[in-house]
Amino acid sequence: MAEPARLTREDVAHVAALARLHLSEEELDLYTGQLAQVLDHAADVASLDLAGVEPTAHAMAVTNVLRADEPRPCLDRDEVLAQAPSVEDHRFRVPRILGEAP
Amino acid sequence: MTAPRPALETATMVRAGEELAVDVLEHHLAVIDAGEEAVHAFNLVLADAARDQARAVDARVAAGEDPGPLAGVPVALKDNLCTRGVPTTCSSRILDGWRPPYDATVVTRLVEAGAVVIGKTNMDEFAMGSSTETSAFGTTRNPHDTSRVPGGSSGGSAAAVAAGFAPLALGSDTGGSIRQPAALCGVVGMKPTYGTVSRYGLVAFASSLDQIGPFAHTVADAALLFDVIGGHDPLDSTSLHRPTPRVLTVLDDGVDGMTVGVLTEFLDGVDPDVAARVHQAAEALAAAGARIEEVSVPEVALGLSAYYLIAPGEASSNLARYDGVRYGLRVDAEDTVAMNTATRSEGFGAEVKRRIMLGTYVLSAGYMDAYYNQALKVRTRIIEGFAAAYTRCDVLLGPTAPTTAFAIGAKVDDPLTMYLSDVCTIPSNLAGHPAISVPFGTGDAGLPVGVQLLGPALSEGTLFQVAAVVEAAAPALPAPRLTTGAAS
Repeated sequence: MAEPARLTREDVAHVAALARLHLSEEELDLYTGQLAQVLDHAADVASLDLAGVEPTAHAMAVTNVLRADEPRPCLDRDEVLAQAPSVEDHRFRVPRILGEAP
Repeated sequence: MTAPRPALETATMVRAGEELAVDVLEHHLAVIDAGEEAVHAFNLVLADAARDQARAVDARVAAGEDPGPLAGVPVALKDNLCTRGVPTTCSSRILDGWRPPYDATVVTRLVEAGAVVIGKTNMDEFAMGSSTETSAFGTTRNPHDTSRVPGGSSGGSAAAVAAGFAPLALGSDTGGSIRQPAALCGVVGMKPTYGTVSRYGLVAFASSLDQIGPFAHTVADAALLFDVIGGHDPLDSTSLHRPTPRVLTVLDDGVDGMTVGVLTEFLDGVDPDVAARVHQAAEALAAAGARIEEVSVPEVALGLSAYYLIAPGEASSNLARYDGVRYGLRVDAEDTVAMNTATRSEGFGAEVKRRIMLGTYVLSAGYMDAYYNQALKVRTRIIEGFAAAYTRCDVLLGPTAPTTAFAIGAKVDDPLTMYLSDVCTIPSNLAGHPAISVPFGTGDAGLPVGVQLLGPALSEGTLFQVAAVVEAAAPALPAPRLTTGAAS
């Protein structure tokens, strides 16, 4: 498999935005160097010819875990909501969603 | 400091009414009181709650009941194991103050077995690290030399056991996070087969790799704890339905007629003082009747690279849940996306951000085939490589970590060098296999060395059996002095 292009500062800025992280200019520089170093090390994996090898996402195969659809006790609603930063009428409260009228 | 009394002995005495659980607890609280400032093993010591649990154990004994196999034994919990109503932080500011509304299954099983939960231990933030230095609450120090790291990510649990703060502790192991700190602190640490211990209530890092496992001073105590926490749990959909090996009963079975493979790839680049102890352990196993072979599994050399594509990928997905909405930290902002971003930027430390970005990158369009999917195929190759070795060998032997405990600060600015600390432990996680680290004397600087035994899936019985022989042959460790500079 062809090796992917080297990680750039713009890639890191893009990925940070996807991951909802704000990075300072210094952090962008630092992480670009560090992540590129890790990806360079991973070139041994990226450059292998593994055509025909099945991927393993999970080492111990467990499939279709089902149970009878019977009501059971669940977490206490008030105990769960007590941990939320902001609650209104038994629901999680958030600031306005982007694009809505204030 | 005298050698700590084994948990097996304590539980036997408490069950027989020969010792009170409250006295056992007070002894350990006093040891913590004297040593915790030097070590910083705990995020939280649960003295009052533990006293209540100990009194309940004593009341059951007084009433003629059997509190269980861990009666009155204090156990320290890594702070990524949920405890109902008790702060569970993962050593991250983003969960500072969070009180889970439920107990992890392992916590429920401990309490049902009569154990006393003595505290929540420090760790690398979200278990991402090999030194406990990425904790948001300060570094844990190695009890054998407080200028050095205890290893990680379960460094607090390893240090707590080494320092005599608790005879037993639980940690989690995603790429070596139980075994590597166990080796660096001179205690026993074991990662079970994936799916044998329920992950319900373990805060997720990389779900296909994470397993909970025991820390103890002795192989027998680790076996005791594993037998209590193992077994199927309907609350974890990856929990195996097969019977979990019971290990406490096989410890005296010996290694006569077994074949032990010394894994050559694990000795590449390892410090000579560590390698010498591995060879010495092999000689001891040979003397006990095992056949020793050199075995090569070339695929394990790819483990580190594959792991640092797979684990961050899974982590970037798992840690998306910390968005300031349902629990933990919220940093207010004018709209929800800005609030999510502000919360995550302030709540996560540098290593967690680094792994989230690495994971997001390798899962993103255009790179997923080149990195993540390739790593999953390497995982297949590693499993095949181990399978070939296990047609000839019962277990494999190697070092747990390539070095003894390193100085605090020595690797923290160089992520790749830090990641190399896990080069010998990662392959077992990728394969889902069990492995155990057993203390085996010291290296050149007088610091503990751990040797590692690896086996195929569900071979815990064999691993503990061999581990008991290794332990019996191991050179003695100096008692930790909780000061800088190792004992000589």
